[in-house]
Amino acid sequence: MGTTLAEKLWADHLVRKGEDGAPDLIYIDLHMCHEVTSPQAFEGLRLAGRQVRRPDLTIATEDHNTPTLDIDKPIADLTSRTQVDTLRNNAKEFGIRIHSLGDADQGIVHVVGPQLGLTMPGMTVVCGDSHTSTHGAFGSLAFGIGTSEVEHVLATQTLPLKPFKTMAINVDGELPEGSTAKDIILAIIAKIGTGGGQGYVLEYRGEAIRKLSMEARMTICNMSIEAGARAGMIAPDETTFEYVKGRPHAPEGADWDAAVDYWRTLTTDDDAVFDTEVTLNAADLEPFVTWGTNPGQGLPLSATVPNPAEIADADEREAAANAIKYMGLTPGQPLRDLAIDTVFLGSCTNGRIEDLRAAAEIIQGRTKAPHTRMLVVPGSARVRLQAEQEGLDKVFIEFGAEWRNAGCSMCLGMNPDQLKPEERSASTSNRNFEGRQGKGGRTHLVSPLVAAATAIRGTLSSPADLADADVLVGAGA
Amino acid sequence: MEKFTTHTGIGVPLRRSNVDTDQIIPAVYLKRVTRTGFEDALFAAWRGDESFILNQDEYKAGSVLVAGPDFGTGSSREHAVWALKDYGFKVVLASRFADIFRGNSGKQGLVTGIVSQENIELIWKLLETEPGKEITVSLEDRTVTVGELTVPFEIDDYVRWRLMEGLDDIGLTLQNEADITAFEATRDAWRPKTLPAKTDEKFVVEAARPAQ
Repeated sequence: MGTTLAEKLWADHLVRKGEDGAPDLIYIDLHMCHEVTSPQAFEGLRLAGRQVRRPDLTIATEDHNTPTLDIDKPIADLTSRTQVDTLRNNAKEFGIRIHSLGDADQGIVHVVGPQLGLTMPGMTVVCGDSHTSTHGAFGSLAFGIGTSEVEHVLATQTLPLKPFKTMAINVDGELPEGSTAKDIILAIIAKIGTGGGQGYVLEYRGEAIRKLSMEARMTICNMSIEAGARAGMIAPDETTFEYVKGRPHAPEGADWDAAVDYWRTLTTDDDAVFDTEVTLNAADLEPFVTWGTNPGQGLPLSATVPNPAEIADADEREAAANAIKYMGLTPGQPLRDLAIDTVFLGSCTNGRIEDLRAAAEIIQGRTKAPHTRMLVVPGSARVRLQAEQEGLDKVFIEFGAEWRNAGCSMCLGMNPDQLKPEERSASTSNRNFEGRQGKGGRTHLVSPLVAAATAIRGTLSSPADLADADVLVGAGA
Repeated sequence: MEKFTTHTGIGVPLRRSNVDTDQIIPAVYLKRVTRTGFEDALFAAWRGDESFILNQDEYKAGSVLVAGPDFGTGSSREHAVWALKDYGFKVVLASRFADIFRGNSGKQGLVTGIVSQENIELIWKLLETEPGKEITVSLEDRTVTVGELTVPFEIDDYVRWRLMEGLDDIGLTLQNEADITAFEATRDAWRPKTLPAKTDEKFVVEAARPAQ
């Protein structure tokens, strides 16, 4: 019997096979750190008198806490400043490369790794952040870890792990115009649920996945965790190699050839068997949005807010009722009618250059709904610079959006970019949990295209709705 | 880490599914650089609500949390485990846990026992009928006892052994350091290194604020 991609990567990183129920010891190729989940890990090393085993396989960046305005001034929030300063001091003490606020390579850790060419196929990648699954888009085994594990990797460059189960997610057919990678992943999560992927590595396969760009693949793998999965991955192909080639840390010359030879072997064998398989037809996918308070509570934009009374499962019924109450919705209300206060375009899910380009294309020459605020936060400083070179910043600013500096920003509201209580957002981020974007804030997860159309119409919308939107805006609605 | 064999304490029925880590500890509390002192942050958004279970006198001193399915979903923040521990919880029981949360718990000595939803319902009823009732969790026998009711729970064998022995993972791994060194000698030349740092020369940017 053949093996799956995940199993191949596991075998290639096996330092020591666990005996008598002990976990396997897996080698980690790249460890990324940020200011929130690392301070206690470095403290642990210090207390135990341990060193960082491989500073040359470790990189740090400031992202979760960092302000997106006035980045040339000291961080106003003292606790945030302490946390960022702690990371800087730890990086210096332990000899770790760091990209600080103001540096061209600062940004969300999951945007920075790929853009530097540090993420490539066939690797194991970890970070104290659940969205590390993003890097699986390159055909790597990439997953989020807790702070104790961060300390473990710093000290040993390995992790004791039990093998994950494997799940194939086959996405066949062709994605209709106006639907994107974000809609694919939101539909998958709605289908399998927030716990559906627990214990699994998901491998996204099929015609629709093959046609996606690397950035779109990253969007999909990024949200694997929202289905409960530890990791998500896509086998590498020419699209992957093309993306990696020429990046600062990409292999060169003979190393490149050796790498590509190996990368071409990174596919699931035809006769391999997954523990579970799920199939979805991309051709059926409309723009998808969430209505509730977990990412599995999503529906096509054309749907209405569900009626909990019609949900058979008692837990789901109660969860839906709680969510509807928190979100300030009424069962039966069309999702398209929901007025949006804030549109957030950014995050490790949809803060890359392609996402900014897609949104800019929609809003160019159109007018923003007067009551709707739009915040555009590039995923990294380099994405911002590239967008500025392409003139996208001007498109956003002329439209009336706020053009910010890079970071996690309103995805989790650890910096000043937060929703107010009962404020409703359409957000290209990854989590619609209660209070995630600010206490009492109400989040609807959307694609960059839906975000852009929503900023124009002021209600949850897709680009297909825009002919009407212009009339409405013209009428002063 | 302290050894764990058996614990008896007040059971807290938390009738909610999908309790994500943003609910366990909101992101605003993650800015601390210490590993302790998170007790005030536990379920911060819900603690303001008088009817919330931990605001009821009988449950305040709870140490065994009995939750709905998919407990600990979302962010990888270990702060969620620290907050539960700092508050005084020693055990969380649920029918399903998010992977990262369960892993983090094991590292920190918080027992996460998987109990069938059917039995969770029974335990909820007992705890609600008699608020402040104690639960005994035996890691040795893998059982939960509430009054007359004793039900089994599942936990990974290795995690159970490590918790019962109170062993530190890093120390265990470093016993095999020779294997790590041997593995490192076999790594391919193309695998990237973060040092020396390389960057994209296309955009030259002056740091807005030099790193200290």
